[in-house]
Amino acid sequence: MAMTTSALGGSVRRREDPALIQGSGLYTDDYTPHGTSYVAFARSPLAHAKINSIDTSAAQAADGVVAVYTHDDVAHLGDLLAQVVVAKGRPLLANGEVNHVGEAVAMVVAESVAQAKDAADMIDVDYDPLPAVIDLKEALASDNLVHADLESNVIVPWEAGPFGDEEAIAATKQTIADAKARDDTVTVSVEAVNQKLIPVPIEPRSVVAEWNGGYGRFRVHSSSQVPHALMGAIKTTFGLNANDVHVTAPEVGGGFGVKLNVYNDEILCCFAAQQLGRPVKWTETRREAPGSSIQGRGWVGTATVTGTKDGEILGYELDAIADMGAYEQNFTAAIPFLGLFVGSGQYKFPTHWKATCVFTNTMTTDAYRGAGRPEAAYYLERVIDAYAREIEVDPVQVRLKNFFEPFDEAVVSPIGFAIDTGDYGNNLEKLVEVSGYEDLKAERDAARAEGRHVGIGITTYCEVCGFAPTALSELGFSWATYGLPAGFYGTSLVRINPDASVTVITGTGPSGQGHQTTWAQLVSDRLGIPTERIRVIHGDTEESPMGIGTFGSRSLAVDGSATYDAAERVAAKAKNIAAHLLEASADDIELDADGASVAGSPDSSVDWGEIASAAYLPYRLGETEIEGGLESHVIFDAPNATWPFGAHLAMVEVDGETGDVKILKYMTVDDCGNVVNPMIVAGQVHGGVTQGIGQALFEESIYDESGNLLTGSLLDYPIPAAADLPMFETSHTVTPTNINSIGAKGIGEAGTIGSAQTIVNAVVDALESLGVKHIDMPLRPKRVWAAMQEARG
Amino acid sequence: MYPRQFDYVAPGSLDEAFGALGDTSKVMAGGMSLIPLMKMRLFSPGTVVDIGRIGGLDTIDDHGDHISIGALVRHAETASSGAVPTALATAASLTGDVQVRNRGTTCGALAHADVAADQPAGALACGAVMVAQSASGTREIPASEFFVDALTSALHHDEILTSVKIPKAGDGEGSAYDKLGRRGGRSDYAVAGAAAWVKKSNGSIEAARVALTGVGTKPQLADGVAEALVGTDGSDGAVEAAADRALEGVTVLEDLYGSEEYKSHLAKVYVTRAVKQALANI
Repeated sequence: MAMTTSALGGSVRRREDPALIQGSGLYTDDYTPHGTSYVAFARSPLAHAKINSIDTSAAQAADGVVAVYTHDDVAHLGDLLAQVVVAKGRPLLANGEVNHVGEAVAMVVAESVAQAKDAADMIDVDYDPLPAVIDLKEALASDNLVHADLESNVIVPWEAGPFGDEEAIAATKQTIADAKARDDTVTVSVEAVNQKLIPVPIEPRSVVAEWNGGYGRFRVHSSSQVPHALMGAIKTTFGLNANDVHVTAPEVGGGFGVKLNVYNDEILCCFAAQQLGRPVKWTETRREAPGSSIQGRGWVGTATVTGTKDGEILGYELDAIADMGAYEQNFTAAIPFLGLFVGSGQYKFPTHWKATCVFTNTMTTDAYRGAGRPEAAYYLERVIDAYAREIEVDPVQVRLKNFFEPFDEAVVSPIGFAIDTGDYGNNLEKLVEVSGYEDLKAERDAARAEGRHVGIGITTYCEVCGFAPTALSELGFSWATYGLPAGFYGTSLVRINPDASVTVITGTGPSGQGHQTTWAQLVSDRLGIPTERIRVIHGDTEESPMGIGTFGSRSLAVDGSATYDAAERVAAKAKNIAAHLLEASADDIELDADGASVAGSPDSSVDWGEIASAAYLPYRLGETEIEGGLESHVIFDAPNATWPFGAHLAMVEVDGETGDVKILKYMTVDDCGNVVNPMIVAGQVHGGVTQGIGQALFEESIYDESGNLLTGSLLDYPIPAAADLPMFETSHTVTPTNINSIGAKGIGEAGTIGSAQTIVNAVVDALESLGVKHIDMPLRPKRVWAAMQEARG
Repeated sequence: MYPRQFDYVAPGSLDEAFGALGDTSKVMAGGMSLIPLMKMRLFSPGTVVDIGRIGGLDTIDDHGDHISIGALVRHAETASSGAVPTALATAASLTGDVQVRNRGTTCGALAHADVAADQPAGALACGAVMVAQSASGTREIPASEFFVDALTSALHHDEILTSVKIPKAGDGEGSAYDKLGRRGGRSDYAVAGAAAWVKKSNGSIEAARVALTGVGTKPQLADGVAEALVGTDGSDGAVEAAADRALEGVTVLEDLYGSEEYKSHLAKVYVTRAVKQALANI
């Protein structure tokens, strides 16, 4: 891959990396202000129980203990604020009952971490166990309730066909029923589990809170993807103004949605810091993370396709139950709704889609890379594959037959949302071409003739990301609950400093996405100033104008576009200044790395230093109406989300004796519109596909029927390592979006959304000769072997 | 992940180390298994006796008919030295990841006696003898008597596994180790694994040792398989028939990675694979 140093479309090396590689990058846990005290939590060992009493006396008396808090101490602060709470939010500390293993019951503050942990172990809680609700079908049907004060475990059913139109939904159901009744159609169903996952960002969460009573201000460092939302939650909880709370998310070591949440521990550390007048730090341990940070996915459902025998699909239905865990947090019940957005994928057939959100006595679920969309794509692409197999038509042909035709003006999906641009057939055909699909099939068939179990899986996906416009705030897409009625726009300030260096301050909160590099490329493209002279600042609520954060593959499409547009405005002003200095027309001014010159007269030029000093010594602007300074702040409210898409292919071999799955090939053709930095895009695809493979093959958050988490350590929760993976072969088609100035869609989640079902389809294909129709993830060898045994009879 | 309070000593000699050992002490070499257990508070020793600074324990020595692997020899060295019989060297090469193999020790992995670890099976198949030293002397414990139960070896609290002795491979001998890892392929702890050593002369198997890991309550020899192999020509049919006896004397334990039925099946598969490979390695 060619490395370049500038401009759009080049693989500029990540400017973030030297600090990270050399170990000088500062993470939240690296901040230890003078006098810091440390927090540990006593956590519930039970999934569901009434708390009779909490005896903290031994902990209070233990060495080094500064304070111990329970619910009574923080009851006045209310529940943890969350953006979308439908039925039940999380108490800051367990309020008379516990509802999942790992729930925080008491908080210890001590002089050292070890003392805090030791004291937390001494807290004696008297519990009366209650029956736990774990199984999703039981949660839906049973009288056994997670929350006795609610009428049922159901939080909300999300239904579409299209969304929000009950009459149309009834008509769609009828259309599909009619199709089923025809004698020239086939109906194929797949009942499948999209298992609950424990996200594992390499940096566990961490928070350091400081309170200065004299200034009346909180200073908070937190490992957050959404520092502004955290600032809002703190200021609202403690009755302050937005400008009384300064939150910084320094280096953040991976987020994947885990850190797209405001957590009770963050609020509790602020509380303790205010009470004690000392800095308070808590850093999550890997062992407690499955009970202190959100989990993801956790669906069971049945997907059904009805179509003709030659591959025309006449209807698609999904009926799913989604596990929300014990309490709602930031977007909990909204996550399946994000899946609904893309419930019909790239296809035009009638769709009736339903996912019912239920409480269980397990850890809360929320956004995990893809957030609802991997689940939606999984069911759709699994059942289309099953249908193709049933009618014995190549899965590629079935998909091509049912796609939307190419469009560059929005089309409305069967789910009811307007998709910006798409060219699905071209994308899938490119995958067929670059993969040598026909040759791969011949290779597969030759291997099968030798008795080997080789299979090919091919899938497509349509994503939705960069959620916009701000009118979606009515659906909860804003930080209004945190006292900050700001919708999901992009924001960036581009400033040329007096020395002609450039500072970009953006509203994102990245955790590895490379914004310092990509944003510099965007600005360099508009100004001509080399990326080396551009520094990008993010993740800070005081430096940045109101920002939204980094999640949902949104940053480039919205904040990147705001950056590009702000740079364009700065460029226009720089041209005006140069025109004044050169006594030329601004229309004739051209910008480059050195400065400005008059088109056609290269000798008539001023360098960037002269332009900048004129901006900051405004007398030099003379009689013009140009104001001093050289900066622009843009809030970009995109008219729509972006809708990337793509096609994935996997070739696998299953060991017929052991069920062990080996990935022989993995290829992607993604379409995220215009690409700013191909290297970073490839990295996103690699990471995303890896997480999808993790779900397909290895990972599962397993709670037993009593609600004990059986996979709470990395010993029992295997995540993929480089050695477990094939070389990924990535390529692209380019269908720019028309809703932003750079034509870019998102890519952060695409790999995850497209991959798990690709692996499962490939494994099912490999076992076709045995008659295996479906295996639930993760496809650990034991499951694959059991499926083979069952098929063999 | 913070351990409970403990004392730490780093003696400079074995004698000093013996003096530091007591009822609640634990010997640490690489710490790759011990430290995670302590941090999860699943195990809380009173004193950690770090033998890492004791000289003379970090070599693989040739003693003519056998080699000895010192207590501080890392997995990576066991895997790559060339002096270690294939079954144990392969097991060492499949232990943990690169970082673990560069810090963890072969003797530590043996003394830890994890039911799903690789090297115990390799040591059993290779006919290893454990050298346990204490203030009161030296005991030599055959591998077949060393693995007592899950995470329990025959070592006493006052003893240190200072080395393991392995017979050198002679003419007509071959050994091998293979497993299914928890992440598929050979990655991670063994869902099931087997090590085999065979000695062939005049076209027939004269002696054999086969060991299982990941399947039962401890790494253990599958004596029935060895018995069935001896006297045969080592043909695929003979190996497969012998593998049917893999589970004699084994209590198969179900876990997250396999049902009893599956593990029983895998035991036979991996015994077959390991024996065939051992024969091929002669």
